[in-house]
Amino acid sequence: MIDTATETMIETDTMIEVRDLRKEFTIKRKIGRVRRETRTVSAVDGVELSIARGEMVGYIGPNGAGKSTTLKMMTGILTPTSGHIRVCGLEPVPRRRRLARRIGVVFGQRSQLWWDLPLRESFRLLGAVYTVPRAEHEARLKRCRAMLELDEFMDTPVRQLSLGQRMRGEITAALLHGPDVLFLDEPTIGLDVVSKQSLRAFLAEIGAGGEVTTVLTTHDLADIEHLCRRLIVIDRGCVVHDGTLEALHARYGSRRRVVVDLDEAREPDVRMPGVAVEGVEADGRRITFALDGVPAGELIARIARDGGLRDVSVREPTIEEVVARLYRQ
Amino acid sequence: MPGLACSSAPPTPHAARGRDFTMSFASARPLRPDRPPDRRARLYRFGALFGAGFRRWSTYRQAALAGLFTNVVFGVMIYSLLRALADDGRRPGGYDTTQLATYVWVGQGILSVVHVWSWNELADRVRSGDVTADLLRPIDPFEAFLAADLGRAAYAVLARMVVPILAGGLMFTLYIPHRLHTVPLFVLSLTLGTVLSFALRYLVNLGAFWLLDARGLSAVWLLASGVFAGTFFPLRFLPEWAQAVLWFGTPFPGLFQIPLDVLVERPGPAQQIGSVVLQLVWVAILIPLVSRVQRAATDRLVIQGG
Repeated sequence: MIDTATETMIETDTMIEVRDLRKEFTIKRKIGRVRRETRTVSAVDGVELSIARGEMVGYIGPNGAGKSTTLKMMTGILTPTSGHIRVCGLEPVPRRRRLARRIGVVFGQRSQLWWDLPLRESFRLLGAVYTVPRAEHEARLKRCRAMLELDEFMDTPVRQLSLGQRMRGEITAALLHGPDVLFLDEPTIGLDVVSKQSLRAFLAEIGAGGEVTTVLTTHDLADIEHLCRRLIVIDRGCVVHDGTLEALHARYGSRRRVVVDLDEAREPDVRMPGVAVEGVEADGRRITFALDGVPAGELIARIARDGGLRDVSVREPTIEEVVARLYRQ
Repeated sequence: MPGLACSSAPPTPHAARGRDFTMSFASARPLRPDRPPDRRARLYRFGALFGAGFRRWSTYRQAALAGLFTNVVFGVMIYSLLRALADDGRRPGGYDTTQLATYVWVGQGILSVVHVWSWNELADRVRSGDVTADLLRPIDPFEAFLAADLGRAAYAVLARMVVPILAGGLMFTLYIPHRLHTVPLFVLSLTLGTVLSFALRYLVNLGAFWLLDARGLSAVWLLASGVFAGTFFPLRFLPEWAQAVLWFGTPFPGLFQIPLDVLVERPGPAQQIGSVVLQLVWVAILIPLVSRVQRAATDRLVIQGG
């Protein structure tokens, strides 16, 4: 039994609390005719995180890093080997059914809709399954229909929807019971650019109110850039970064680049600390500098002083770059 | 989505508008202690899932038509065989010819109501991993699936039961029940038979949590339900000892034989009611059993991972 003390504890603003979370899987492998070797694999290895009400957090990591395993443990469909988890003040696995009323979950590759029935029916059924008061249900559905433009396919059976349409339906389905926490596992996977953008715009609107706490896992880092102030990076079962995107860039030395086009090939005198020539193109008339903590203006001023500067562009470090570097480490 | 595309990224959170919007999403009372839904809400929920099961099956009209055709063909074949046994005034299994005709034709009608054939929906969901969506809902999956299956059965009563009975009635003389309580008792018995059949099919499917592939189990079920429930021939054709074993040792006669015997008034009034009580006993045994196996199955899933 879970004592009530632990449950009332979370009347604070912490919506998700995870301490020293571990999950080990045992894998059996045949070696020889009868003998089997048992190996223990650690999928999540001491994850710690705490997410406050209204935060929208990006949870990323390479394939097999333990993202989905963590998400499964937070939603109560996987028992941790050890550690402490509270979501909305509830221990997920023993309180799975109670927690289900408090959370909304979208697994990009699974469906929670009724395949053979029109979307409208699925929503009505979800209202009944979650025993949502009718007025509340109608109000939320109205918002979603307007914002996600569901009306044109409300009467289409789910199996006939396009992926983008279905995903809009899935997100609506996850929100209809007014969850405190929304878990989105790769919600934009497989969507085209336009669908991705509109889904992001919708999620940003929800996030902006600060009432729904959102955990978003994705491989599309543009999702994170557009939606999440905070980013948690997990690799080999451990949290390797927890902070803002800027902090990630600062920590892993993401470098801005300055590309200059010159009138004629020459080697500008830029012996400044923190500036390195990264590439020379167009017979020496285009030079790329990598900056490490140096303001771009300072470098540009130095080059302009010598004359013959035709064009300048500054390139911001991309999130892909820094994350790729992070994964490789 | 032209309209949405316009408001595309990068979205600048519009604080006031956003707040107004999300207020309607997040629960009004933060971190309220959740109470389980009251009886009315649960009934409404069951009804909604029942209705969904009904509508879901009603979308497959061609399949229903094809099934009907098969029912009628098989009705003629099986009845012709059994009728031959009843020549010269013999009463095979104690049935007269009108009782046999009713057994066969109503039997063809209730085959798809009780659904003694294979049903792999849950096993398929276990294999594909979609079962996680079922576990993430605030409802016992068995309750949700049962409600939908009863909805399916209700659709089958309209789409699959009426026509074979009419066809049989047009071609042969059917038995008209004499006792007042027979028809309501038959309705109850048929409902219990459907619940029993569902509980057993669900149990077979739960095997997928351990085996991942429940097809082997499903084949065993298919054979057992066909022979032991009385769908191939009335169980009363069997020797008495075999009948006793099946009636009291297994739930199978409750799926098919009991509802039909109730309808054709094969046993006396007391036995007629007694056999429905026997169905109730099996329901009372099977439902807790399914619950236990389901708990073990989910525990296995949540510990070892899907």
